[in-house]
Amino acid sequence: MLRYILHRLALVVPTFIGITIVAFSFVRLLPGDPVMLLAGERTMTPERHAQLMEQFGFSRPIVVQYLDFIWSALQGDFGISISTKKAVLDQFLALFPATVELTFCAMAFAVLIGIPAGIFAAIKRGSWFDQLTMGTALVGYSMPIFWWGLLLIIVFSGMLGWTPVSGRIALTYFFKPVTGFMLVDSLISGQSGAFVSAVRHLILPSIVLGTIPLAVIARQTRSAMLEVLGEDYVRTARSKGLSPARVVGLHAFRNALIPVITTIGLQVGLLLAGAILTESIFSWPGIGKWMVDAIGKRDYAVVQGGLLLIALIVMAVNLIVDVLYAVVNPRIRVR
Amino acid sequence: MAENAAPPVVPAAQESTTLGALRDFWYYFSVNKGAVLGLVVFALLVLLALLAPVIAPYPAEQQFREALLVPPAWQQGGNPAFLLGTDPVGRDVLSRLIHGSRYSLFIGLVVVSFSLVFGITLGLLAGYYRGWVDAVIMRVMDIILSFPSLLLALVLVTILGKGLFNAMLAIALVLLPHFARLVRAAVMAEKNREYVISAKVAGAGHLRLMFMTILPNCTAPLIVQATLSFSNAILEAAALGFLGLGAQPPTPEWGTMLAEAREFILRAWWVVTFPGLAILVTVLAINLIGDGLRDALDPKLKRS
Repeated sequence: MLRYILHRLALVVPTFIGITIVAFSFVRLLPGDPVMLLAGERTMTPERHAQLMEQFGFSRPIVVQYLDFIWSALQGDFGISISTKKAVLDQFLALFPATVELTFCAMAFAVLIGIPAGIFAAIKRGSWFDQLTMGTALVGYSMPIFWWGLLLIIVFSGMLGWTPVSGRIALTYFFKPVTGFMLVDSLISGQSGAFVSAVRHLILPSIVLGTIPLAVIARQTRSAMLEVLGEDYVRTARSKGLSPARVVGLHAFRNALIPVITTIGLQVGLLLAGAILTESIFSWPGIGKWMVDAIGKRDYAVVQGGLLLIALIVMAVNLIVDVLYAVVNPRIRVR
Repeated sequence: MAENAAPPVVPAAQESTTLGALRDFWYYFSVNKGAVLGLVVFALLVLLALLAPVIAPYPAEQQFREALLVPPAWQQGGNPAFLLGTDPVGRDVLSRLIHGSRYSLFIGLVVVSFSLVFGITLGLLAGYYRGWVDAVIMRVMDIILSFPSLLLALVLVTILGKGLFNAMLAIALVLLPHFARLVRAAVMAEKNREYVISAKVAGAGHLRLMFMTILPNCTAPLIVQATLSFSNAILEAAALGFLGLGAQPPTPEWGTMLAEAREFILRAWWVVTFPGLAILVTVLAINLIGDGLRDALDPKLKRS
């Protein structure tokens, strides 16, 4: 087990180097003078240019610059935003809880519907329920989510007026963020209706962000279940006379769950990126919208730092998934 | 699982039975009704794209200044001259959608061709030569895969500059590692088989071994992957267009149309609904075909 984890940890090193190289190259590959791009000043004197050149370290050999870049990143220095003059990391940390909250709710939506749907589709293979579920899953899988979001806004916000169009909470409520998670903060604040408002703001974005994972999880659960239901030990359990609920719930489901957990884990990484579109549609103040806005404002320091931070988090999530996978699946550990 | 992973070997002597293989394939493919439906829809889309200037009632950019935001014909205030209504600057939505089909199919075709050609080449080189060639190629592929694809595409477009061509290039680059990995794995499985060794003994050169002997036996998973990438490319290009980084207005690309229409969603549902529906139907049709292809081409599933 320990050997497996160490092996998996060793694989992080090349990925980390790769990610940092890409983020490091980003500003240097942009057309134009990197000093001007990072300083965000349109005109500057040669003296100022030389001074900034020194400050950003562009005058040193490229390898030194790269090592310096990694060294700063390891110490938590991801650069300074051009537009706000604040540290990129601070901005990221302030916005990240919003994305995590959205991702969590989207995942809960996808898992709570996707797994039961997949199981029932597998048990009732070929039935109208199976066909309907898999048909819907394929539609969900093919969904352009930016359009799906707009469509839901038209119906539920525009026509029915049930849900708000954008943001995390109604503007009438104001309290200081404690945890950064609106669901928690609104409860702590004790203001009546604040929690309900936060929930109402979360519903549509969660559905939109959760749609593709829902489709993937339902399909994956169904095929994993079908595979397991054909195994000898399930037949044995059936022929022993165990109730169908016990066979499915205890014998089959637990083993079918293994590939499903991996799928869920990989989806979490994808969701953090999928949030780019969802957050843009619903003006959700998370890291996805932050990145898109930074690209729009040519705030390349934020794009560079954000790119690095998001990639590192996805890397960490994938690492955790792989280790968890080894914990639940003894077959992996042995190799 | 390992013994089933390799696609069936089709020796050169059986070349004459290609027709039989095709009939076989069609038999398995047509079992899947959804796949056939997808194929029909896709064929219609191709026709629509090819004949766009003939079928579309108006040119994509023609503005009718007296008819801004006219609702679809069946709604109150609709005008039969504009079946699906007009957009905020008075262009016929239906005509723009028909012209837009050209862009989506073109995007899919170019992106898949690009990633296919480069992915196959890189995968063949890595799997065939192994050693440092393999290490370098696959590490670069791993790096690309370690970024969420839309984020990487966004950043690449930022570097290259916004526009349809650069968006296609970025998406192709993001999709490329999937092909390289697939080909590499297949090449490694095939490389030491008897038919490859016999070809080598017979004096076949490296290029012939790679492209003529081994590659044809890796095609099944590649076809499936290419189909899925086709729909992925259309989705991602539309997403980039939606974020304002892909095709630029007034191009009638569906994602770009959505971006232009966004501010009118609560006033004019049709300018938002139809372009997205077009994307969904196209992507769905291709994914249906992909599912059917996977069932028909995967010998492991075929037997069960």
